[in-house]
Amino acid sequence: MSAKERHQQSRLLRGIHRTLTGLHPALESLIAGLVGLLVGAILMYIWGFDPIKAYSALIQGAYGGSYEWANTLAWATPLILTALTFSICLRAGMFNIGAEGQMYMGAIAAVCVAYFTLPSGLHQMVGLLFAAVVGAAWSLIPAALKLMRGVSEVISTIMFNWIAKWLALFFVIRVLVDPMRAEKTISLPPSARFSILVPGTSLSYALFVSIAFALVIYFLLWHTTTGYELRAAGLNPTAARYGGIRNKRTMFLSFILGGVAAGLAGATIVMGLPPTYAVFGGMPQLMNLGFNGMAVAMVGRNHPIGIMIAAVFFGGLSAGASWMQIKAGVPLEMVNVVMGAIVLAMSIPELIRVFPMAANASKNLLQTIRRGIRGATKEESA
Amino acid sequence: MSFSDIVSLLRISLHAMVPLALTAIGEIVGETAGLFNIGLEGILLMSAFAGALGAEAGGPYVGLLVGMGVGGFISLLFAVINTYWRGTQMVTGVGINLFALGFVAFGLIQLGAPGFHIIPAKIVVNGTARAAQLAKIRTPIGMYSPVILVALILPFVVHWFIKRTRAGLMLKAAGEMPEAADVSGININRIRLLAAVFGGMLAGLAGAYMSVAWLGLVTKDLSAGRGFIALACVVFSGLNPLLALLAAFIFGFFQALAEWVKTMPSAKAIPYEFISMIPYIVTLLVVSGAIGRVRFPKFLGVPYKRE
Repeated sequence: MSAKERHQQSRLLRGIHRTLTGLHPALESLIAGLVGLLVGAILMYIWGFDPIKAYSALIQGAYGGSYEWANTLAWATPLILTALTFSICLRAGMFNIGAEGQMYMGAIAAVCVAYFTLPSGLHQMVGLLFAAVVGAAWSLIPAALKLMRGVSEVISTIMFNWIAKWLALFFVIRVLVDPMRAEKTISLPPSARFSILVPGTSLSYALFVSIAFALVIYFLLWHTTTGYELRAAGLNPTAARYGGIRNKRTMFLSFILGGVAAGLAGATIVMGLPPTYAVFGGMPQLMNLGFNGMAVAMVGRNHPIGIMIAAVFFGGLSAGASWMQIKAGVPLEMVNVVMGAIVLAMSIPELIRVFPMAANASKNLLQTIRRGIRGATKEESA
Repeated sequence: MSFSDIVSLLRISLHAMVPLALTAIGEIVGETAGLFNIGLEGILLMSAFAGALGAEAGGPYVGLLVGMGVGGFISLLFAVINTYWRGTQMVTGVGINLFALGFVAFGLIQLGAPGFHIIPAKIVVNGTARAAQLAKIRTPIGMYSPVILVALILPFVVHWFIKRTRAGLMLKAAGEMPEAADVSGININRIRLLAAVFGGMLAGLAGAYMSVAWLGLVTKDLSAGRGFIALACVVFSGLNPLLALLAAFIFGFFQALAEWVKTMPSAKAIPYEFISMIPYIVTLLVVSGAIGRVRFPKFLGVPYKRE
């Protein structure tokens, strides 16, 4: 082997090593997903359903064709945003579980835009802006309580979820109600709707709002000073303060960004979900999107790119659920059970260690590669 | 407002206090040992559901026991993940809540009606009628559930246990200074496990109480934030069980008040959505007023790892 070849080999091995260690978190997310599906299968079996039939229906309903893919992405649209709410705040060291309420308020704000007459294009912008501002405002109160009174954001955001739920219901039932159909709010005029991307599905251009926002957050967190400060404050608040980072500012910023994301999530539902472009009484189309977003965030490892991938998985679960209900008779609530089990599995660090065989195999593989690198480097320097 | 109105309001408050008090006391024991469980909401919901099934299968006391068992089991899982496996407590709690939300909604559909399930007062088994709901005790000032007594006495017992016994001190050590406790021969993880299981059983009792002894039904949002309001009680109390009981009564009172105002003919002008917000707003106000003087265990939420 010539020196050049050896050099190339060592570089290749290094690359594999880096990829494998980089893939480690993704592998853990994958295992958590499998554990969740397994728990779901066991429960289905206990209740007398056929898990294999159910899951094959689920997968077919989620990823069986372009129509199914479109619906999966439609489900993923708000999930990406509510997941970002949780992730941004967690990156800053805050445990914001208020995406649900902030999303309700965003949706209500988006419905309000129906009263304006504006040209298309501008109308959508105004709707998104409204929802973002209202979502952020709703998240600012828990942030202020935390800052001024030291109230744990876990408690305050949950209380705000319930207050938001009742406030949103008040608006849906009494203020924004459709005079012709009392079971829903007024519908958005066509100028304020996002047009449909794939005809016959619910996938609209709202998807690009989610993707754009996720990319903005990625850029902000990993390529700006502000983002660096935010992450530093989350990793070690004391060290960050000594380093001259204003923790209160980063905390507020994370809550504002989170609120904006959740508000936009509500807006994408109202402005992008056919056929009514309105909120129904009881808010069935909004329910639990904020909480499921937390599952997406954890499986996506609190990284915007990971979140987008995880959202396709969770969106698929939600989109395939109705197919599973029709084909295998399993109530679609089973999907929430699976999501909960996935999050439980995600909370175990180094999840792979729970499976000793897989852990050993991966350790041995990494060791072999490392030995290879060392050998190659030694030869090279010799 | 007549005298009988006040009595009935206080009676409902006492009933509403029970789940908050029991859950909060359990969480105090867990937090003293260093485990912070935000999955209480899910435990309440799961045990309310399981308790209802147990009560219909074997009577009200079986129902309460099943609820306690389910609560204890979920908490055991939580504790194993967060002691031996050194997990992230917040995430585990969120997982429990999500799981319960899906599981109970799923289970209710399997029972027949989506969204809710009513526990009949009496069930006929082999021709003989038998109670399924826990009967309330008749007193000169209305009917009261016997579980109220448990909720009233338990805080004092737990207070005495934590303050006055050796085991209580070990519990505190596990949360305050796990390293020192470990050196002195205390098994931190086992203590935390036991504390969590105890707390989970109390939360389970609270959940089963709601379905079997108080409301007589299970809905998919039966817990309605009570798990988190119980956490607010814990924060308010600064891990003092007696203050937690007081907080539970305050929050229970405002829940009762909200329910009571809704039935008033003169309150028809106020939309009931606003009245429904009252318990949550009061919780926020009380917690933000109480914070500042409270100190929590140093190692709350931190998994212990032997060096």
